[in-house]
Amino acid sequence: MKMTGAQMICESLVKEGVEVIFGILGGAILPLYDVLPQYPQLRHILVRHEQGAAHAADGYARATGKVGVCFATSGPGATNLVTGIANAHLDSSPMVAITGQVARPFIGKDAFQEVDITGITLPITKHNYLVMDAASIPETMKEAFYLAGTGRPGPVLIDLPRDVQQESAEFNYPNRTNLPQYKPTRQGHPAQIKKAAKLIGESQRPLIIAGRGIIISGAYAELKELVEKAQVPVVTTLLGTSCFPESHALSYGMIGMHGMAYANMAVDAADLIIAIGMRFDDRATAKVSGFAPHAHIIHIDIDPAEIGKNVRVDMPIVGDAKSVIGELNKLVDKTKHIDWVRKLDEWRKEHPSLIIRDGESLLPQYVVRQIYEATNGEAIIVTGVGQHQMWAAQHYWYDKPNTFISSGGLGTMGFGLPAAIGAKVGCPDSTVWCIDGDGSLQMTIQELATIAQEKVGVKIAVLHNTYLGMVRQWQELFYNKRYVATPLSSPDFVKIAEAYGLPALRVERREEVAPAIQKAMAEPGAFLIDFIVEPEENVYPMVPPGAALAEVLEEPRKGAKAVKDSAKLPVSNI
Amino acid sequence: MATTKHILVALVEDKPGVLNRMASLFRRRGFNIESIAVGHSETPKMSRMTFVVNGAANVVEQVRKQLDKIVETVKVSDITGDNVITRELAFIKVKANSANRSEIIQIVDIFRANIVDVAPDSVIIEATGDEEKINSLFNLIRGFGIKEIARTGRIAMTRGGSGPLPVMKKPPRTQAKGQKKATK
Repeated sequence: MKMTGAQMICESLVKEGVEVIFGILGGAILPLYDVLPQYPQLRHILVRHEQGAAHAADGYARATGKVGVCFATSGPGATNLVTGIANAHLDSSPMVAITGQVARPFIGKDAFQEVDITGITLPITKHNYLVMDAASIPETMKEAFYLAGTGRPGPVLIDLPRDVQQESAEFNYPNRTNLPQYKPTRQGHPAQIKKAAKLIGESQRPLIIAGRGIIISGAYAELKELVEKAQVPVVTTLLGTSCFPESHALSYGMIGMHGMAYANMAVDAADLIIAIGMRFDDRATAKVSGFAPHAHIIHIDIDPAEIGKNVRVDMPIVGDAKSVIGELNKLVDKTKHIDWVRKLDEWRKEHPSLIIRDGESLLPQYVVRQIYEATNGEAIIVTGVGQHQMWAAQHYWYDKPNTFISSGGLGTMGFGLPAAIGAKVGCPDSTVWCIDGDGSLQMTIQELATIAQEKVGVKIAVLHNTYLGMVRQWQELFYNKRYVATPLSSPDFVKIAEAYGLPALRVERREEVAPAIQKAMAEPGAFLIDFIVEPEENVYPMVPPGAALAEVLEEPRKGAKAVKDSAKLPVSNI
Repeated sequence: MATTKHILVALVEDKPGVLNRMASLFRRRGFNIESIAVGHSETPKMSRMTFVVNGAANVVEQVRKQLDKIVETVKVSDITGDNVITRELAFIKVKANSANRSEIIQIVDIFRANIVDVAPDSVIIEATGDEEKINSLFNLIRGFGIKEIARTGRIAMTRGGSGPLPVMKKPPRTQAKGQKKATK
């Protein structure tokens, strides 16, 4: 059937099962927007800034596991997507971004709103395309969705000149892609898996570090089976949060710069690390030379380029987490590591990382805990970047799979609000809380208008501490309290929300927290609560930059024991 | 860590932007590409690229894996230290007059190079060989006065066998490597 390039894009989106598009239009993408009403099955959500479109598509993709789609026009529209694309790239989020481009005869002539977006996004996309004729659109779209969603997922950008959108050609959507050289390894090498199973059986102090790969491949049940069968304790990376029930007896929380003290000590003491679907980010490993000094490392990841990139790996298994763990479960012996687990429990008792101080002042940790209580731990929590992000990761207990959405790799302030829109649109039946900071929120605050216009029922908790708090914490600890450019004055968030047409409340005292959250939950639509919290509260535990995981700083408190040197453990025989 | 010279050979789809994608991965790490040569391969619509770069072995291996991930890449091999032949082509335009022309021709003959152009005041020498051969020819000729020089950059191929680059099959290289390591 003959149709225009613009119609082909929409037809392809329908064929790929796309339901929602986040975007903003402009001259170069107008032909595409012009045909959108012909496809009522495609819901378009108009955002207020293209960065919001990319983050919303990212949040949608993370919450649903489907490929997120965003549209932007050429030039500034496209460059505004860049942060969001880089964010999706670093956190392996499947996304297809479609940008308008100036018409073919104008390309390369510095035409109005022309920018070389395929050149700009080359290092931050899994792949990108400049489509130079309408006839190649179906194949390009098929490839783009396949590449974005398979293997290690990532963003794919398609740049569409305006006249290609208007050109007519024959539309035949291919059933399969023609990408002979793109073949992600799904099945792990059987001999390697066998050896890994043997190593797990022989180890005295095994530890699983689970990352976002578990969530992407949906390996929740497989991971749980492995943990219980071989009795291996589990810690997670920041983005691995919610891949394993945190109330499980063998779950020891998050590792890394702001991980639990006992989790970091476990990494330090382990004699076998089984790292699954994680990439040894420097925020997770701290000083690489001091990372897991006593351990053999088994690294299971779908991306061969991650093997041995940051830390030495003794046994790589390239493959999909679900498939590899499934195979591993068949071979691994039913074992017990009672002494090891007992040791970890002891550490957990001696170094409680999640105690919230009593007292008058409104602590941000307390707010997060109250949201946990009010939602029974069943909400999807979306965060911005900063102190609030760490508190949200630490003090909410994630038992339900895939309920923590956050910007890990790129650390993009402003991710929270638009990503929460994406998550809520993708999962309308789930409660979605956006836990944000006053600094982070103001980077994308205009998306409150999107929430109002599209009636997206996101609950927003602003942990308002009048500082760019995480940086202030670094200034306090490492720059002798010189608070340069971190004090932050904000508008009245309650009035701001009301001006956007959204109900809002301010909370300044502990006893008001629970009722305010109840009120927000009772509201059918969106609701914002401005929590005025303790301004100079720090995130603990903390591994100072340049230190090893075991050199963790705990919250200074009375009677606290210093972290013991776990290096005095017996040498393992594996 | 000590840097060494590495020869990477890549079989890639012949599409716009592929060279850019590959070069960008070297640039990101601040590698200077010493030479690069691109041309058609034995398979239609496929090009073979030869990169010569200086870098630490582990970093080059990481870049190689990332080059391998580019969608249009079929395979990238680091053939440094393998039993390889490398060659490059050079044109050297050197000042020459009737008095010294025959002396230049003698040197050119020793190196089994050719004179491909003769003008009243210059000649162009065409030479093929490995890097050292071209360099020593250049050193001998330099005294006559070099006007211009152009070199293609190295191409390389492993000797004998079926070669390191099967076209359609992509063996799980990392795993095979790890396997060896683990048995130690």
